[in-house]
Amino acid sequence: MGVVGGGAGAVSGGGGSSTSDASMSTVSKEDNPVLSSEDSSSCLDESELELGLGLSLGVGVGACKAQQGPRGGQYARILTAKDFPYVGSSTSASVSSSSSSSSSSSSSSLSRANVTAGTKRSADSVAAANGASSQVVGWPPIRAYRMNSLVNQAKLPATEVFNSLIVKSRNSNPAVGKGTSNACVNANEKGQLRSSLFVKVNMDGIPIGRKVDLSSHRCYETLAQKLEDMFATSSTIMNSIRSGGEEHDMMVDAITPSKLLDGSSGFVLTYEDKEGDWMLVGDVPWGMFINSVRRLRIMRASEANGLAPRLEESNGGQRNKPI
Amino acid sequence: MQRMACSFPDEVLEHVFSFVQCDNDRNAISTVCKSWYKIERWSRRRVFVGNCYAISPDMVIRRFPDVRSIELKGKPHFADFNLVPDGWGGYVAPWISAMAAAYPWLEEIRLKRMVITDENLELISKSFKNFKVLVLSSCEGFSTDGLAAIAANCRNLRELDLRESEVEDLSGHWLKHFPDDYTSLVSLNIACLGCEVSFSALERLVGRCPNLRTLRLNRAVPLDKLANLLRRAPQLVELGTGAYSSELRPDVFSNLSGAFSGCKELKSLSGFWDVVPGYLPAVYPICCRLTTLNLSYATIQSPDLIKLVGQCQNLQRLWVLDYIEDAGLDAVAASCKDLRELRVFPSDPYGPEPNVPLTEQGLVSISEGCSKLQSVLYFCRQMSNAALMTIARNRPNMTRFRLCIIEPGTPDYLTLQPLDVGFGAIVEHCKDLQRLSLSGLLTDLVFEYIGTYAKKLEMLSVAFAGESDLGLHHVLSGCEKLRKLEIRDCPFGDKALLANAAKLETMRSLWMSSCSVTFGACKLLGQKMPRLNVEVIDERGTPDSRPESCPIDKLYIYRTVAGSRFDMPGFVWTIDEDSAMRLS
Repeated sequence: MGVVGGGAGAVSGGGGSSTSDASMSTVSKEDNPVLSSEDSSSCLDESELELGLGLSLGVGVGACKAQQGPRGGQYARILTAKDFPYVGSSTSASVSSSSSSSSSSSSSSLSRANVTAGTKRSADSVAAANGASSQVVGWPPIRAYRMNSLVNQAKLPATEVFNSLIVKSRNSNPAVGKGTSNACVNANEKGQLRSSLFVKVNMDGIPIGRKVDLSSHRCYETLAQKLEDMFATSSTIMNSIRSGGEEHDMMVDAITPSKLLDGSSGFVLTYEDKEGDWMLVGDVPWGMFINSVRRLRIMRASEANGLAPRLEESNGGQRNKPI
Repeated sequence: MQRMACSFPDEVLEHVFSFVQCDNDRNAISTVCKSWYKIERWSRRRVFVGNCYAISPDMVIRRFPDVRSIELKGKPHFADFNLVPDGWGGYVAPWISAMAAAYPWLEEIRLKRMVITDENLELISKSFKNFKVLVLSSCEGFSTDGLAAIAANCRNLRELDLRESEVEDLSGHWLKHFPDDYTSLVSLNIACLGCEVSFSALERLVGRCPNLRTLRLNRAVPLDKLANLLRRAPQLVELGTGAYSSELRPDVFSNLSGAFSGCKELKSLSGFWDVVPGYLPAVYPICCRLTTLNLSYATIQSPDLIKLVGQCQNLQRLWVLDYIEDAGLDAVAASCKDLRELRVFPSDPYGPEPNVPLTEQGLVSISEGCSKLQSVLYFCRQMSNAALMTIARNRPNMTRFRLCIIEPGTPDYLTLQPLDVGFGAIVEHCKDLQRLSLSGLLTDLVFEYIGTYAKKLEMLSVAFAGESDLGLHHVLSGCEKLRKLEIRDCPFGDKALLANAAKLETMRSLWMSSCSVTFGACKLLGQKMPRLNVEVIDERGTPDSRPESCPIDKLYIYRTVAGSRFDMPGFVWTIDEDSAMRLS
């Protein structure tokens, strides 16, 4: 059905170009002092966050340089793989340490700041050639159900396949079981990040649920931080809509860091495990948690009655340290 | 002209129009004259809305008062890869409410990437007395309770297809809600359900529906129960197995084999989770009739795959994991001469090293051996320009070519050059190419080729490619038939977007994430183009808190006659004509 009358829009295509030059995409902070002073705080956060996560890929801010574009306009050029000699997937040593591509998209743990994350990513995810694709959200483009299904079957280990090919002496399929293998393990034997594990998160009082990728975290702290970021935004927005736009004031009321885990925010973080029971997040080692979590819920502390004993213990500082 | 039009009574014209089903043709009919417009709108029975926010339910209902079948699409395609945050939108509720009042005779609802709740499902089940077809493709927001309502109330239901939807599994008992005297089921696809459905209810249902053609089971249905189902429905044309594993027992095997042999109409097979290769020969008797085979969950090795696929001489569509290897694809190229569509999925997409010997060579073999090949989705780890050129020359009849080289920015592994000329050859030779997905190391040159040659291209997916705005400009200015463009992680900024603003009104939608588009440009676009919705999706908080030159995170632009939508969540910002930034 023809939705819109086709053809030329109301505005000629060339409109607005003068404005666009001024706001041309600029990436580099170093080369544009005006820009850098405005967004330096957010970029600082970014580098701190990246370093703080301590991921294995090299971290460096400002991998992009500005130079004259081919059309003569003054705009920054994003480094692409062409600027880096391709060295193959196993060596990243010769590639300059550039920003970790682990930042992925805003739905990852680096939800704050990342002013230049988007623009650097094309360079970075190539530059950090080793295992980079495993750390970029939504890449390779495979549907979640397909990944979950693969992960939940006992996959043929790579080495075994190759060995058996060379030897050509296998009979039937080795080690195929019906049960779930380590479906949710974060790192396989090689220490590479594996698969995405998106679980739903609901917060009491907020009708719209979210999803978080558990496999991009390795400890409870970063997960809690991520959730706080996620729901701080939405809860403040929700509050501001209700109260008529005083979102800046509302920011103060947002859950401040690390309060989800110790319950001092008035909310507790709980999860539903494989058996359908609701448990308090943080009591078991991270690996065990990952293996059994089905979904998360940020519950009002007042409603966490069944979990109350644990809550009191945790306030006394008896929490298991995340692994 | 007017005299001619009046010389036929309306009923005659309506009858003539009833032979015209294609939407474009019916749209053309409606523009001939006022009376044709009137007759056509009253007799249009099927409506397709490619973007549920491009038009409002009321506008559809006003124009077409007696619709029996509606298809709606919601979220953009990249939502499949978790790039669209939860809560973005795509709610079907307003459509269902409006149609419940306006279309009491509605028979079919097909949704893709939309959010539908149990309440919506219940409303559907109670509002449309003649409801026949419900297809929920990649939808979410509902549970098995909603399915129970459909089962209980839709007496004339023919088709219930939940393909790849996310369903909250509360219980498998929903299937029991089909009444005992309900016999009209033709198609049932519950492959995406996690929980066990009540098997006895399923057996009885299958047994009493003589017109059942399609049955796609979920993984929880064990293999030893499959034979019973097949014997109750030997007329099946399409079957999706459950888990294909069981202890190897001769009685179970022969029972299964016999049951398969009894299905003389079976043309399509899928499922095959947890395959025990010893049971594969049970399907050998029917292989020669198969036209569609989906083994994309089957973690079996190449020799077993070859043995199976080698017997499917009439295969037209094959979906498989890369365990098939180059050698297996050679075998497919030799046996499956009628192949139209091939999809090869990666078994270990996140591993840094290849785990199986599947390379560009497999695809080259297929392109050489399968002369009818039109549609390809191929995940691999290496590619060369030479291979792409060979494929392009072999298969100028290709219409869909989606290549995913797993590592972003991978160059030609032989020459270490970008893959521009390879993809250039694809668009140059395949003149009817409608859909293209790029990957690997690509400069602006590939976009120049695409803009020059891909004149029939309707959908383009780009990731980690290009060098400058020139790339985007080539595509927007050159691809005349472009409807959907989705871009991620490319250095495209404001210039090309603003220079080609008018083009955006001729497309369904544009998605750009992790590029270099600034908020200033978005505001400008939103102000100047009233028939576009320019949505800035950014979870970092309001874009106004950052400099206007700061790149936004995600951008979704789509044409619409319905204006801004009212259901935007807190992380979506839109700009309308009065140039005020609006929150939802």
